[in-house]
Amino acid sequence: MTILQFFLWSLLKIIVVVVVFLLGVAYTVLLERKLVGRIQNRWGPSRVGPFGLLQPLVDGAKSFLKEDIIPSAVNRPLYLFAPVIALGCALISIGVVPFGSTAVNGPGGFHFFEIADINIGLLVILGITSIGVYGIALAGWASNNKYSLLGSLRASAQLVSYELALGLSLVGVVLRAGSLNLREIVENQSKHGILSWNLFGGFQFVAFFIYLMAAYAETNRSPFDLPEAESELAAGYHTEYSSMKFAMFFMAEYGNMINVGCVATLLFLGGWTSPFGNLIPLPQSFILQALLPIFWFTLKVFSFLFLYVWVRGTLPRFRYDQLMNFGWCYLMPLAILNIVATSLWLAYK
Amino acid sequence: MHLILFALFAALCLAGAVNLLFQTHPINSALSLIVVMTSLAVLYLLLGAEFLAAAQVIVYAGAIMVLFTFVVMLLNAGREERTLGSRAYWAVGFPAVAVLLAILATVVLHIQGLGSAAFGDSLSNQPGQTNLEQLSQVLFTNLLLPFEVTSVLILVAILGAVALARHTEPERTVGK
Amino acid sequence: MTHILQQEVPLALYLLLSAVLFSLGIVGFLIKRNLITVFMSIELMLNAVNLSFVVFSHQWHAVKGQIFVFFVMMVAAAEAAVGLAIIIAVFRARATLAVDRIDLMKL
Repeated sequence: MTILQFFLWSLLKIIVVVVVFLLGVAYTVLLERKLVGRIQNRWGPSRVGPFGLLQPLVDGAKSFLKEDIIPSAVNRPLYLFAPVIALGCALISIGVVPFGSTAVNGPGGFHFFEIADINIGLLVILGITSIGVYGIALAGWASNNKYSLLGSLRASAQLVSYELALGLSLVGVVLRAGSLNLREIVENQSKHGILSWNLFGGFQFVAFFIYLMAAYAETNRSPFDLPEAESELAAGYHTEYSSMKFAMFFMAEYGNMINVGCVATLLFLGGWTSPFGNLIPLPQSFILQALLPIFWFTLKVFSFLFLYVWVRGTLPRFRYDQLMNFGWCYLMPLAILNIVATSLWLAYK
Repeated sequence: MHLILFALFAALCLAGAVNLLFQTHPINSALSLIVVMTSLAVLYLLLGAEFLAAAQVIVYAGAIMVLFTFVVMLLNAGREERTLGSRAYWAVGFPAVAVLLAILATVVLHIQGLGSAAFGDSLSNQPGQTNLEQLSQVLFTNLLLPFEVTSVLILVAILGAVALARHTEPERTVGK
Repeated sequence: MTHILQQEVPLALYLLLSAVLFSLGIVGFLIKRNLITVFMSIELMLNAVNLSFVVFSHQWHAVKGQIFVFFVMMVAAAEAAVGLAIIIAVFRARATLAVDRIDLMKL
């Protein structure tokens, strides 16, 4: 495979993945509105298209056509740049996620279902997530509004503190797999279906719980959505944003939700592998062999997103000191205990 | 490929560093430093240090610089003020820096036997051994003691930071 | 086209870049009047030194250079935490970040 072919194939993969990802983001918004609606005993969007399925497209058109207001006292370059950082970081991390079986390869060992196969894939995702903080922090600061500034201060403190718990919760999984390559981590849990997933067979349920909590805090989602707590801070860091720039923050938030779901799926739920293991024999057809793993992967990510929405519809918001206390005094020691227990168990084995 | 990437990110690096000097607002300086650090991460990747590249982004760009921006926002630091301090550094500092740079450049350009870096280089001679495995083998066998001592250093730093930044509570008067 | 794609980069260029970054760090340390920016210049110098460590580790195929960078990063993290705490304490006491105004110890 020449360099030119490689570039063209990669470009094609990137375009397809980004388009599918953005569609996923749009329909996650719809899923959330529908589900929260049902939880609160109402319908959710139901007018545009069958079952409201065209609602995301109409919403997109609406935010695109709205008047774009830039307040006069903002720090203009940073104000304009902040949403780009937020959305960019949300879009980049999908690049190292393997979302389909790596057994199905193109010529020259070319992976169809993964943009880049990197041996430090997990660290890359963590790094991009930690850069994403700047989008929120700068948005609040550049807006020159006290509510925005409070929101972004809250966000940066919260993200930095929960990143510790998040990173430490993943160490147990990495220890078990002995690799930071996401593909190898998945292959490590593919032997006996659901029984060899890290969540069940690997006894990483404590780590999964910590990851879940930290991920809610990292994506600023309820019950930890203090940076945009509407009852205290108007809308938090994006108070001064309107039209498409607001929509970019919105897309970044849901994109991050999907990313977090992908990482949870890869690390704890066995990635693209079937939960039934070898009980169901592999289909003969090549197309089914390629498509079935993608189906399992999407199903797992969507069940994770379902949990997200369910939690949002159920739990009230934490107070800020409770949030910090919970992160530093409970989640982090628990994560360290989990690492010690996992490594002792692995050494004993 | 290596040359193109090197030229691109070295230029970004220098531009960021120069911009750090010319910006008067601390938050712009902080952002230029982030650009420098992330481009350095790419250069580390080119030199076959994948783990350091990731650590550079996570630790420097993602944690240390977030702290910096956080403090700038917290203290609401404005533009630099023109103060009437001593200007001796103009007379002494700049010639000294120029001399230092000249000495470093001559030394670097006269080193014999300095190799070159190609695309896809890695440190290891054995195939299949990743940078991470090499690093951890040395770090957790030969250099275990320094590694463990750093954890004490970080603990001390945390305690120091908490002690320094804590509000000293005003003394409570009895009876109120 | 293929020629430029396979071109190797001499390590001396990396070292030069590191030297220039280091000097820019010193210049920043000298001309900046804001406590936080002065601190940032120190970080820039540390980064420049890290780059040359990685270059030499590549030159000698020795992983210890990279481990040194790892330690420098940890020390820099500790230093940033303490340094910024000091800056906050100074700001509380003096209500300024200008280095020339923090002169109580001067005679």
